Amino acid sequence: MAGEPPVTPKHHPDTRFTVPYRRLRDGLKGFIQRGKSMSDRLFVASRKGLFTVTRRGADDWQVVDAAFLGDNVTIVYPDVRDGWVYAALDHGHFGVKLHRSCDGGKTWEECGVPVYPQPPEGSEPEINAMSGAAVPWNLKLIWALEGAGPDRPGALWCGTVPGGLFRSDDRGTTWEMVRSLWENPSRKNWFGGGLDFAGIHSICVDPRDSKCVALGVSCGGVWITEDEGATWSCRATGMWAAYMPPDRKNDPDIQDPHRLVRCDDHPDAFWVQHHNGVFRSVDGAASWQEVKNVVPSTFGFAVAVHPQDSNTAWFVPAIKDEKRIPVDGQLVVARTRNGGASFDVLRQGLPQSHAYDLVFRHALDVNETGDELAMGSTTGALWLSNNQGDSWNTVSTHLPPIHCVAFA
Amino acid sequence: MATVTFTDNLQRHVSCPTVEVPGGTVRDALEAVFTNNETARGYVLDDRGALRRHMAIFVNGVAIGDRVTLSDVIPDGADIYVMQALSGG
Repeated sequence: MAGEPPVTPKHHPDTRFTVPYRRLRDGLKGFIQRGKSMSDRLFVASRKGLFTVTRRGADDWQVVDAAFLGDNVTIVYPDVRDGWVYAALDHGHFGVKLHRSCDGGKTWEECGVPVYPQPPEGSEPEINAMSGAAVPWNLKLIWALEGAGPDRPGALWCGTVPGGLFRSDDRGTTWEMVRSLWENPSRKNWFGGGLDFAGIHSICVDPRDSKCVALGVSCGGVWITEDEGATWSCRATGMWAAYMPPDRKNDPDIQDPHRLVRCDDHPDAFWVQHHNGVFRSVDGAASWQEVKNVVPSTFGFAVAVHPQDSNTAWFVPAIKDEKRIPVDGQLVVARTRNGGASFDVLRQGLPQSHAYDLVFRHALDVNETGDELAMGSTTGALWLSNNQGDSWNTVSTHLPPIHCVAFA
Repeated sequence: MATVTFTDNLQRHVSCPTVEVPGGTVRDALEAVFTNNETARGYVLDDRGALRRHMAIFVNGVAIGDRVTLSDVIPDGADIYVMQALSGG
């Protein structure tokens, strides 16, 4: 990937806000704000079920429903465009399944799942560089689900392990692999980090133009399409990888962004919680700057960005990659309000003694106001904040290990 | 003919009653089942049509040898059991 052509930075965000886009965006916001019953719900995907949490008061939330009890729900995606909800299950023995609900989670039906195509006749097995194992052309995990844009009703993107991106235009009934990415020669450089094989965990559609999509890949860097998946480029310049030898540590297509998020109102602004630290881009991922002063540490998985203010972002630090627990047994959230120049350490309401909660990459969410946050941990604790993280209210400390939280 | 029986643990996700199917190979037998129960296919076979890693199939009490193309021949009157493998936890 060292030979990747230079990327031309995008224009200032507002210059690309076309009238049709503004209409779509404002319409969507109006829909969200009108739908009070939707914004008062949170879905929690866990190792042993999917939970619905609803607001009882300003800062009082309660678990009110459970679905798929006993099953491993790896991700949940409430689609604010139409109110449908999607839940991915990993049954282990029986494989990966996808279910959808057209009534906000009251009832569910199984729908289609992405199916990997046949490898080319006579092709050599691809070898995962970190394990030596052959990359399977088999669905191993649904790791990301996102709507394909406000002007693409019912259309979804799906990121998977071992690295395939899929698209559905019928609310998950059928899926088609994005062959342009899977067949990109650079994709064969990807490898698994914590999982055995590479995977797409973050999908960020540009709210100005649904044809522009950014992907976060562990371990494969950040990938951008500007033509709805016809062509792709890897944009991770500025990131570095301590787990690689010195002459390869800057290769874009082996970077491990644990989570990639994009600011709704300033879509050229991205934040990444990377295996080796925190990175930020303000030029549409053309370049990345390391943010070194996250306290109490720069390791973690989750990041959330304020939907209107790209300078405000939240992280949940852990000690480091070999010690994935909070520093000093105290769970805190690190928040910047100035683009990473400085950080507040937020701990009010969070356990501060012998706490070993880890927050996975999809288990921190911020709602459309930018004020309310939800956070779930590997030890089954769930917290909400209505003041940008200044203080947290405990909803439960005894849920199953939490993979994903998502406001609806 | 052969009788195909599925693990009870699968019934929670998709109904798979015991059925009688024509003989041939394990593949033939499963195809005969899945033709009328397409949802069950993905619970037993992977994207490549191979037996899922943590599933097991026994023909007259013996685990099949070919988990990829499912070419084991079924004796007439065989009992085929589609089970969860203990390897998957």
